[in-house]
Amino acid sequence: MKEPKKGASFLLDTLTPEEIFTPEDLTDEQKMIAETARSFIEKDVLPVLDEIEEHHRFDLTVSLLKKAGELGLLAGDIPEAYGGLGLDKITTMLVTEEFALSRSFALSFGAHVGIGTLPIVFFGNEDQKKKYLPALASGEKIAAYALTEPSSGSDALSAKTTARLNESGTHYILNGEKQWITNSGFADVFVVYAKVDGDKFTAFIVDRDTPGVSTGPEEKKMGIKGSSTRTLILEDVPVPVEHVLGEVGRGHVVAFNILNIGRFKLAAGAVGAAKRVIDISARYAKERKQFDRPIGDFALIQAKLGEMAIRTYAAEGITYRTAGLFDDMLRALGEKVNDGREVARGIAEYAIECSINKVFASEVLDYVVDEGVQIHGGYGYMSEYEVEKAYRDSRINRIFEGTNEINRLLVPGTLVKKAMRGELDLLGAANRLQQELLSLMPTTLSDELFDAEMDMLDKAKKIFLMVAGLGVQKYGEKLEEEQEVLAGVADVVAHIFAMETAILRAQKAVRSVGEDKARGHIDLATAVVHTSFDKIEVLAKDMLAHMESGDLLRTQLSVLRKLTRREAIDIIALRRAIGKRQLQADGYTTNA
Amino acid sequence: MKIVVLLKQTFDTEEKVVIENGVIKEDGAQFVINPYDEYAVEEAIRIKENGDAEVVVVSYGPARVEDALRKALAMGADRAVLIEADHPVTDEAGVAEVLAKAVEKEAPDLILAGNFSVDNGAGQVAPRVAEILGLNHVGAVTKVTLEGDDVVVERDAEGDLERIRTKLPLLLTAQQGLNDPRYPSLPGIMKAKKKPLDRLTLSDLGLGDISPRTTVTNRYNPPKKEAGEILQGDIATQVETLVKKLREEAKVI
Repeated sequence: MKEPKKGASFLLDTLTPEEIFTPEDLTDEQKMIAETARSFIEKDVLPVLDEIEEHHRFDLTVSLLKKAGELGLLAGDIPEAYGGLGLDKITTMLVTEEFALSRSFALSFGAHVGIGTLPIVFFGNEDQKKKYLPALASGEKIAAYALTEPSSGSDALSAKTTARLNESGTHYILNGEKQWITNSGFADVFVVYAKVDGDKFTAFIVDRDTPGVSTGPEEKKMGIKGSSTRTLILEDVPVPVEHVLGEVGRGHVVAFNILNIGRFKLAAGAVGAAKRVIDISARYAKERKQFDRPIGDFALIQAKLGEMAIRTYAAEGITYRTAGLFDDMLRALGEKVNDGREVARGIAEYAIECSINKVFASEVLDYVVDEGVQIHGGYGYMSEYEVEKAYRDSRINRIFEGTNEINRLLVPGTLVKKAMRGELDLLGAANRLQQELLSLMPTTLSDELFDAEMDMLDKAKKIFLMVAGLGVQKYGEKLEEEQEVLAGVADVVAHIFAMETAILRAQKAVRSVGEDKARGHIDLATAVVHTSFDKIEVLAKDMLAHMESGDLLRTQLSVLRKLTRREAIDIIALRRAIGKRQLQADGYTTNA
Repeated sequence: MKIVVLLKQTFDTEEKVVIENGVIKEDGAQFVINPYDEYAVEEAIRIKENGDAEVVVVSYGPARVEDALRKALAMGADRAVLIEADHPVTDEAGVAEVLAKAVEKEAPDLILAGNFSVDNGAGQVAPRVAEILGLNHVGAVTKVTLEGDDVVVERDAEGDLERIRTKLPLLLTAQQGLNDPRYPSLPGIMKAKKKPLDRLTLSDLGLGDISPRTTVTNRYNPPKKEAGEILQGDIATQVETLVKKLREEAKVI
């Protein structure tokens, strides 16, 4: 069994391809489950999706969720002891990715199986799990998650909803308003956060049929129009004390742990959606003729499809790798895997990876839908075209589950904490680097596959240590206020994760099928590495110029130049070749 | 009762067929249960769910066919038999000979198969199996009702509906419209991996090398369809042009 990796340890370690999980490692069983998910979406959901989106036919949503429940598609993350299937995280990620094809329905599904159900899986006591999970697994009951309020968004702990223990001590009386609650139009169970005695942030399970629970009108939104979004209104709602989820005053533990997995699932969905947009854009580019040629014949369209595929390959790689990290961790838990809190703690080890997934994949998707519309030209602006809906639906991903700004800040914040707790020897590494940088010599590279790229990866990690180290040294406690530097560091970290994953994945593919057949992977990974490295260089330069000036800056920049010395590759040709393959395959492909 | 389903794995119907040197390229292609055979699997499982039956799926082909058999098991079949051969004989007589041997060993009451396969499309294998085993056979069925040993079958007869009453043992081939196959549920998929899948070789069945009775001499894509042409002028001119084109361009008269 693999020893689970420490969260964010990729910044310091050198890994082999065997150490990461890649999409090419799926078992036949996992593929068959993904196929069932896809068949369900294509045959049952897509034919009625317009009806749901245009006319808010949530009765259809509810019956489809029930059918998904009958197929076992809602039960993956729920342990067998409570009517679930207790599947691995890779498999449930695959289901999420396939569901993405159904846009807003995928959101109804995600809110139910993810943030709606998981708080009870992770933090429910035995009675709560027995009472709720079987019905949530079968789709008999639908769940929703109520954290946001009109005046508390990113600052979730500032919630104003109150919970007051009644005189007989049997019930908490809840009062307040929860805003933008997905599934609120039809959910039977809400996980609600409220403050006990004014300051004890606490999670509760609230049944819809409790007196005093009501919802506002459906919100009018930019996209995801087929999901139900309303305000949840709580007026003197008596919630039995047995419905406290976790402990009074420990609601933040529930909230933050759910966000970790929620962010990861969001990324998986974004990857699925990005692949779909590449599929429809490639097909459109082949059919649409201008100047007597399919527009896919033109290099600028090929370049677009190429870049869309390159970024999607990077995002896909990190989501699968992260799911693999979860599963190694959960396997290592042994029997304790049935203890939800242990599972949540195991996943929390990868809070940094979860945030990176969220930010990276949601921004890849936004890029992909934007270019998807562009490939469609004027038709892409017309509502009857799928790409127009995908474009609008994508935008929310950068906002919910923690804005991308909050998630960026979390990456360096968590890194510092890990370093302080001695979990990650960043300080030692930064000190050793200081010595090394003084006598830095250019690396001699061989012609071996990925030798140059591995060297770039190594240099990228050094750049991270150099820039982040300087930030800590320079600002100390005040670093919190230097948000651009923090966000810049987060981006460098994300690109390192993406580069490394792409190389290791391609190397694994080469070992399994040989260089010829893995040509698609090699090209995609090469492009990921070089484009990511370009971005790292710019980010580092900007951050150094902000932190230093004069001679000190000149010295730092000269070190950066040494670290970024590299041969240019013909990225234009690479992009074009990758784009052509997407066209040939009628959609997203890693094939040569 | 025991039901045997004859199953073939075929190219995904959405897969593009690429021919190289007269051979269809299989690299990276997706394979599925032949859609007509999937109706047969579904029907067998429904009969089982309505009464009491053991459903055995049987296939003859290369190792990759296991995926298709596992899917049938995940849908609800009880057992699978794969007669494995790296380069299975592809002519219908040969395939039928192999399958008939395997079916004979199972001694089923009912055999279900697809009306034809979406790749070769000959529609011969199942009737040949019935012939070898001396069984009755009804093709292209759209409804099956079991009443003890009696079987009432509705079949698609060139657009008409034919109702036939017959008896077990029997071989039926499934036509589109017979049912709407289920997708395997997640619990079904997880159970499938524990269900038995027997691998047999031709010699296990007491068969030596099978020599095909037909050979494929060439394979090629149909020529690209040219744009049509609407003839102009009065009827007499049109007929004249048509005759001329048939004689000089198409060279058919």
